Amino acid sequence: MAYKNFILVCAGTGCESSKAIEIYDSLIREAEAQGVKNDVQVVKTGCFGFCEKGPIVKVMPSESFYVEVKPEDAKEIIAEQVVKGREVKRLLYKKDEKTADTVKIEDIEFYQKQFRVVLRNCGVINPENIDEYIARDGYSGLERALFKMKPADVVSELKASGLRGRGGAGFPTWLKWDLTIKAPGEVKYVVCNADEGDPGAYMNRSTIEGDPHSLIEAMTICGYTIGASTGYIYIRAEYPLAIERLKIAIKQAKEYGLLGPKILGSDFSFDLDIRLGAGAFVCGEETALLQSLEGKRGMPMPKPPFPAVQGLWKKPTVINNVETFVNVAVIMTKGADWYSKIGTEKSKGTKTFALTGKIANSGLVEVPMGTKLRDIIFDIGGGIKGGRKFKGVQTGGPSGGIITAESLDEPITYESLTALGSMMGSGGMIIMDEDDCVVDIAKFYMAFCVDESCGKCAPCRIGTSQMHDLLEKITTGNGTEDDLLKLEKIGKAMTKASLCMLGGSAANPTLSTIKHFREEYLEHIRDHKCRSGKCKDLVVYSIDPVKCIGCGLCARKCPVPCIAGEKKQAHVIDRSRCVKCGECFKACKFGAVVKN
Amino acid sequence: MLSRDEKERIEAEAGRYPSRRAALSEALMIAQEARGWLGDEALADAARELGISSASAESVATFYELVYRLPVGEHVIQICDSVSCWIRDGESILDHLRERLGVELGGTTADGLFTLVPAGCLGLCEAAPAAMIDGEAYGGLTTEKLDAILDGIRGRKRGDAAQR
Ligand SMILES: Cc1cc2nc3c(=O)[nH]c(=O)nc-3n(C[C@H](O)[C@H](O)[C@H](O)COP(=O)(O)O)c2cc1C
Ligand code: SF4
Ligand code: SF4
Ligand code: SF4
Ligand code: FES
Repeated sequence: MAYKNFILVCAGTGCESSKAIEIYDSLIREAEAQGVKNDVQVVKTGCFGFCEKGPIVKVMPSESFYVEVKPEDAKEIIAEQVVKGREVKRLLYKKDEKTADTVKIEDIEFYQKQFRVVLRNCGVINPENIDEYIARDGYSGLERALFKMKPADVVSELKASGLRGRGGAGFPTWLKWDLTIKAPGEVKYVVCNADEGDPGAYMNRSTIEGDPHSLIEAMTICGYTIGASTGYIYIRAEYPLAIERLKIAIKQAKEYGLLGPKILGSDFSFDLDIRLGAGAFVCGEETALLQSLEGKRGMPMPKPPFPAVQGLWKKPTVINNVETFVNVAVIMTKGADWYSKIGTEKSKGTKTFALTGKIANSGLVEVPMGTKLRDIIFDIGGGIKGGRKFKGVQTGGPSGGIITAESLDEPITYESLTALGSMMGSGGMIIMDEDDCVVDIAKFYMAFCVDESCGKCAPCRIGTSQMHDLLEKITTGNGTEDDLLKLEKIGKAMTKASLCMLGGSAANPTLSTIKHFREEYLEHIRDHKCRSGKCKDLVVYSIDPVKCIGCGLCARKCPVPCIAGEKKQAHVIDRSRCVKCGECFKACKFGAVVKN
Repeated sequence: MLSRDEKERIEAEAGRYPSRRAALSEALMIAQEARGWLGDEALADAARELGISSASAESVATFYELVYRLPVGEHVIQICDSVSCWIRDGESILDHLRERLGVELGGTTADGLFTLVPAGCLGLCEAAPAAMIDGEAYGGLTTEKLDAILDGIRGRKRGDAAQR
């Protein structure tokens, strides 16, 4: 049966949490009610990346791109688009609300500078239908590996592609696989790291939700290459939709003979199993993850031995990130020649990033390596929300550092980000504006590391809490310049002496903000001032007697209460009793309450 | 006591691995599912199924955020306290929850309906501030939206959300 129209409904977690499933159900109901059930297929897809404007609905073949759709809109979409063949102008994405000019998807700035390799199928296919993946050359890379290549050829192909790990460290993928091949032993394992605990990062989740088969195909190719017959996907229990989609995909792949015994009639057999992470950030570290897989406490182990030699149950194990694997599927399908033309000399391919924080278009983006930060944040991301001033962007999460306006024209590569005192990390980008306090942010990340430190080694266990205490002192106005030196000293020691990279990089956010914003640290210390007003203890509230009209609203909102004044007369705050809750500041409609 | 169904599920998990111990975190989650939390007895039962000591299982159980060793309410609210939510004023959502429920993080309301726990980044940052309630994702939270959600949940039983 040929359908005239396809309606794609974004059912990624971002959109799902804003009613995408209801929209999906209403569309199907309406198609039935209006008697056009056979003319239209409604499909749930993965994330389109443009979450800021979600829920998103795309209609093919007209390529109508509808944003902020509500379940009530289903009736009109079916009636107009399917029955009458007209677009619903009202819902189309508009560049500019005033001119109401609508644009096609390829003209939306958000997509123009992007290049979708890893996310090529996200928002395009129905992730719960293996046929759609196969129709887009899915599993042809596996077929090529099994029937046209020896394991060593696959390794050469990966080497030629230049692919490096996307889980953080950027280790060459071919080398990892090659070491595992060469490690002695009959039994070997393939493990996918889908723990994604990095705050501000959700690329892996969206990739699996939108295209689970790419991961399955690549892990199977890996199994063939290193001689493993079992693979495990270690995924966070907090990702129910991704887990569900993976389960469906594994089942379908088994039915199609793409997983299980004698794959595609070859002599190679491979099975995949899903394991749920029970909530500990440190389990994303590879040795800790393997411990956790074995049913032990997820604590990091000293390296060497590396997992490639002694991994899961002491057997040689390849452990790669989700995005690394998905890149393998693309390379095996399109070839290393094609792939290695994307990116820079040492950083090949693309990278996905999750834009969050004070950015106009938060969402998922994918760009060629070497793209400038400015292009990502301003052209794709639409700049800062509410027209505020850009202050910095944190890449690499709690292990990374802040990158400031002066480095926005730096092309993004593994090396350039490290040189800037940050790192590629998994791909979270947290954008900050002038209203954010860098000291407060450094303290936030340090608190995260204190919580997540597994406590196994002293430098990290003790160092993170010492640094947190010092930052706390500074943000409450009790810091000294000596504390700044102490922070740098402890930070450096911890970086050197920690057992795993959690401790080894925990000081980065602090050290990089001290480097770029020393002035602001000194303001907190010397002047007891927080210029963004985020450090509560340093803020002083007062009322400007010229602006105050004496309406009394602030006094009524004050919980203490410590605001006094006659009706229609300027009010006054008793600072000695003020608890700095900020209620008066929020309440005043005349801008008379001043915060500094 | 574990039910027969729970025992069978744990047995099936154990059979998937070369070592039975590997199924421990799954076994703990299975033992936790019906009760919402993992008491000493349930923990010991699950450990026994896999042939490991309670002490050893305990050390694993306490390591993971999602294994609850204390009783929880009918509904568990995991409020994200991580960076993207925090930077988008997630704290005011948390304050509102504390106030409305009258509990601190880790606490359960007097009527036993809600337990409030903090969560590391839920991967919902594009919809920050975000939370998960009974395993279901909610984003773009405002205090009004949260109130509406909680009101809607009041009448619901544990596990209803999962069976969507
Ligand atoms: C504290 C910590 C947390 C980590 N979390 C993750 C994670 O969530 N996902 C991931 O792929 N790698 C994570 N890593 C990196 C892994 O240890 C490992 O380098 C990666 O899985 C290797 O895969 P790749 O070669 O494909 O990048 C983490 C490392 C550390 C030190
Ligand atoms: S550095 Fe921190 S997280 Fe890593 S092993 Fe040491 S204490 Fe544990
Ligand atoms: S709310 Fe503003 S205008 Fe009214 S009394 Fe307070 S400071 Fe004055
Ligand atoms: S900040 Fe809070 S306590 Fe202080 S004056 Fe304003 S309302 Fe009162
Ligand atoms: S920081 Fe809250 S969901 Fe990611």
